[in-house]
Amino acid sequence: MDFITNTLAVFPALLFAVPVVVQLALGAMALALVLGLLIALARISNIKILRGIATFYLEVIRGTPLLVQLVYIFFVLPSIGVSIEPVPAGILGLGLNYAAYLSEVFRSAILSVEHGQTEAALSLGYTPTKTLWKVVIPQSFVVSMGPIGNYFIAMVKDTALTSVIAVTEILKTANILNSQTFQTTAIYTAAAILYLIISLPLSRIVVVLERKARANG
Amino acid sequence: MADDTIIEVRDVHKTFVSETKRTLWSRLTGRPHVEKRVEVLKGVDLVVHRGETIAILGSSGSGKSTLLRCINKLETIEAGRIYVNGHLIGYEERDGGLIAEKASITAQKRTDIGFVFQHFNLFLNKTALGNVMAPLRDVKKLSASEARNIAVPNLEMVGLGDKMENYPSKLSGGQKQRVAIARALAMEPSVMLFDEPTSALDPELVGEVLSVIKKIAQQGTTMVIVTHEMQFAREIADRIVVMDQGIIVEEGPPSQIFTAPQHPKTRALLSRSGILPA
Repeated sequence: MDFITNTLAVFPALLFAVPVVVQLALGAMALALVLGLLIALARISNIKILRGIATFYLEVIRGTPLLVQLVYIFFVLPSIGVSIEPVPAGILGLGLNYAAYLSEVFRSAILSVEHGQTEAALSLGYTPTKTLWKVVIPQSFVVSMGPIGNYFIAMVKDTALTSVIAVTEILKTANILNSQTFQTTAIYTAAAILYLIISLPLSRIVVVLERKARANG
Repeated sequence: MADDTIIEVRDVHKTFVSETKRTLWSRLTGRPHVEKRVEVLKGVDLVVHRGETIAILGSSGSGKSTLLRCINKLETIEAGRIYVNGHLIGYEERDGGLIAEKASITAQKRTDIGFVFQHFNLFLNKTALGNVMAPLRDVKKLSASEARNIAVPNLEMVGLGDKMENYPSKLSGGQKQRVAIARALAMEPSVMLFDEPTSALDPELVGEVLSVIKKIAQQGTTMVIVTHEMQFAREIADRIVVMDQGIIVEEGPPSQIFTAPQHPKTRALLSRSGILPA
């Protein structure tokens, strides 16, 4: 009984960290969506140098751990004169990282749109650029909705990594509480449950959104 | 060029080049991959006048769909000229040769050419009404209400006044094709091109699409129809064009083509379709 009471007692303190997690996840997701789409477009463009840059970016990001990227942004960039506050640094690190993964989602979704859709648009007088933005990309969102949602949930959980760059999100708050009270079991159990409480409804929402998007397709 | 000429196709040549896939073996042995070249149009000439309905017949592989797709530059050509309403399509003439024109200029010219596909190609994320309105909004830059005022009568004309809010997934093949026809017509093109418009339909749905096409022909729209529906072509066309292996082998009024075909390939095609005794 002590364990349950202790765990419940920790929650109020951890809840203060939830707005930080929301800020990190939403900020990083916005960055990742925009940058991810741009990288995807670069990867399928006719311009060789754009393709090269985008592929290089993708390989660097996917080939190094997110944790290392965060540490690099927060601890190494200041040495060349770029100091970033913890939360913006977290948003930047998560955003740059997830942009690479989302770009692959966008790219395959764009390529999966039937060629007939493109031909129909062209035959009606759409320019190639307009065809891409008005016909192909909107339809690719339907396909990418599910994977984007899943990456978002993964990102919410990955916000825990920003604890190493001094962001007082849930895990960091738990660490601080632990160093003060040493109720290790209760504190980290509460933290784990809190992540679960956040991510379970999110995955339900993703399922519903996906079903809605497909209903019209 | 006569005043009432809508389409002029002059000595058009088109070759499909397909590269055989580079296999691991060909890479190991350093053998170069082979290009496969198939000449699908070998010098085609065709003139379509205002208000005419032309039906292009031919066995599969004769080049009839390719010719139609070249007319609005869905396919490139290597030689020859294609004019629609006096405008050279897809190219600029320079030093007697052809160079590709800017995509935006081709797009502008395409607004004057309606195209109906075998597989409908409706925008899957838009309702029937949304499909017809989309190009009016996106290409012609009309306001939502202006676009709607054009789209609704066109959908009613093809008999889909009650299906306007349906998505393509909730329409039958025949209904989808009629939406596609309304979408092309709403742009008020000078000419409508139909690429085997009933070939992907269940037999019981062919009739509804053909009767819509017939209705449009009777309104005086200039049309070129690639089709396998012999009886329909005979009924609707002012002129029949027969293609075989990349050239036009015979053209003339249906009365002549269907009763006294001159070319052996025409006779073979008609007897295969059961119109002429073998």
